[in-house]
Amino acid sequence: MEGAVSKTSIVALLRDAGAAAIVAALLAFPLLGFRLVDSAQGLSLDTRLIWVVYAAAVVFAGRFLFSLARVLYEARPRAVARPKVAVPGRARYLVGIALIAVALLLPWLPFADRNIIDKATLILIYVMLGWGLNIVVGLAGLLDLGYVAFYAVGAYSYALLSQHFGLSFWICLPLAGLLAASFGVALGFPVLRLRGDYLAIVTLGFGEIVREVLINWGAVTGGPNGISGIQRPSFFGLPMVPASPDGATTFAQFFHLAFSPNHRIIFLYYLILALALATNLFTLRIRRLPIGRAWEALREDEIACRSLGLNPTMVKLSAFAIGATFAGFAGSFFATRQGFISPESFTFIESAIILAIVVLGGMGSQIGIVLAAFLLVGLPEWFRDLEQFRMLAFGAAMVLIMLWRPQGLLSHREPTLRLGGVKPLPVKEAGA
Amino acid sequence: MMVAPVLSVEHLTIRFGGLLAIDDLSFEAAPGDITALIGPNGAGKTTVFNCITGFYKPDVGRMTFRRESGESFLLERMDGFRIARAGVVRTFQNIRLFPGMSVIENLMVAQHVPLMRASLYSVAGFLRLRRYLDVEKQAIERARYWLDKTGLLDQADVPAGSLPYGAQRRLEIARAMCAGPSLLCLDEPAAGLNPRESLALNELLLSIRDEHGISILLIEHDMSVVMQISDRIVVLEQGRKISQGTPDEVRSDPEVIRAYLGVEDEETAVAVLQGQGARG
Repeated sequence: MEGAVSKTSIVALLRDAGAAAIVAALLAFPLLGFRLVDSAQGLSLDTRLIWVVYAAAVVFAGRFLFSLARVLYEARPRAVARPKVAVPGRARYLVGIALIAVALLLPWLPFADRNIIDKATLILIYVMLGWGLNIVVGLAGLLDLGYVAFYAVGAYSYALLSQHFGLSFWICLPLAGLLAASFGVALGFPVLRLRGDYLAIVTLGFGEIVREVLINWGAVTGGPNGISGIQRPSFFGLPMVPASPDGATTFAQFFHLAFSPNHRIIFLYYLILALALATNLFTLRIRRLPIGRAWEALREDEIACRSLGLNPTMVKLSAFAIGATFAGFAGSFFATRQGFISPESFTFIESAIILAIVVLGGMGSQIGIVLAAFLLVGLPEWFRDLEQFRMLAFGAAMVLIMLWRPQGLLSHREPTLRLGGVKPLPVKEAGA
Repeated sequence: MMVAPVLSVEHLTIRFGGLLAIDDLSFEAAPGDITALIGPNGAGKTTVFNCITGFYKPDVGRMTFRRESGESFLLERMDGFRIARAGVVRTFQNIRLFPGMSVIENLMVAQHVPLMRASLYSVAGFLRLRRYLDVEKQAIERARYWLDKTGLLDQADVPAGSLPYGAQRRLEIARAMCAGPSLLCLDEPAAGLNPRESLALNELLLSIRDEHGISILLIEHDMSVVMQISDRIVVLEQGRKISQGTPDEVRSDPEVIRAYLGVEDEETAVAVLQGQGARG
């Protein structure tokens, strides 16, 4: 093992580290080497070149140790090449069940306070958005950078329908989904011919158009001020308020409980959990249907799809519409949870985070998306004190994960059908 | 030939900028025949395929496809996917499978149209109604039949992209057959196959023709395939038809010998056209 690190390879490593240090010094020179000083004579520049030296030294040492460790690691004798760690289907299934059980029990666990349930609700919103976007990006392979637009459509649909027509959450939910789906189709039509980068740019533009409309169409959307006082959800008609103004039975009265603001928090948590699980079950089932297979086939090779009689237009539009529907549901939930929405909640960075969740999770992997949502949305919530470094950590995490697992956290694809498991029918003319 | 041809191509012409890729090409493919389209590289064979299967729109010409039922379709007016639904299904010179999907899934995608109809645009499928499950089971049986036929049955559950080259070629043919064609268009199915594999391919194609009564249109460079299994051959050079007929007629046509090989040495040319001395 010692022999692996020969003199020449040490020299090569030092040279490599030296190159990295020079790059670091070049970068650090303008960034760290100067400082703005506010003195009595006004602003002036001060140098602190020693910082540049520190930065270069740190990078030199770090790079050297990192490469050395890698050389040693790769030289280590390996008896057997380890087979690729493919989590067997059964284990994945059990992990899924365990996660659902934990999610169901969460509000009753001793450490679960209002804060934790709130954060879990937020994570679940992103899990649901991730699962919805996964249909478009992970299955159909259509890179959508404007997914948040459908989320916004759902949120504003609910807010406007409930404010102007007094419709309840449960009636608005399907309507919001429907409206978002029609926006999905509206976006889908012009972009049918596009793929890859071009599609990404157009969907990005679409997301911005929706946001601009929300900001500028003040008469309907309230402009930048947004919409406030959105109706909170009721438990099948039982409002969750201390005392009903019009004398109707409240949730607490009906169940003979003392009123607690936590009821609503827990109710919202279960609501999003149910919506997210519905999204998941829907995806798992539709993957095994012809339309789901057509989405995946479209991702793999559009020309081959056409040569087999699949209509690419319908396949794409259905993926856009169904993906958008789930964003619409999530948007309604968001609006009813917050009670207030404004265009600020639907900026590009939201689309980027949702897309990052899907990509990091491993395109198409349902559990991977939960994991990625936890990493990208949950962790930053817990470390809010380090807010300034949030984007730094976010970027570093992305780079690390892409180096470590370029296919995403969990990239295993489960076939939708196994012939091994299907018993052959008695021999007959099947092919004719 | 008294029977109406399964495919008639009339005055097909297509131009790419200044290049006349296909120049006034007319030929017919008889039902139940293997019709081969041969010619030197760049003769426009694949372009003809792309026109027939709707990937290119010809500038001039008419392509008529007739089913056994008597229905006829004007292919130049149809979208590619509608042509496939009508019963003209193709394979590609550079294999186009769905590499990340398993072998059996590839064959299920090929049966998308009947499955989609049975699933009532996913509603019946979503509820797992009997009427959908029955059709799905039939689709699986059909896939199993073609996997067996192409010798891929034991690899049904592996990703298509991980199959060896020859197996991928066979899978593409199996997939095309699952789409239920009346006319199967194969673009160089023997390319890259070793002699043993190409012999197996001959048998497969003959059985598709004889047992299933499916007409085949074939582009091929491998003369041991073309000369042995084709019923009719059409020879192209620079977008024009220079000869047509049975393998024997084409083989002895001096124009073909000259054009196909671009050599004056007749003996070499004849040897090559006879499939490197294979029987014939």
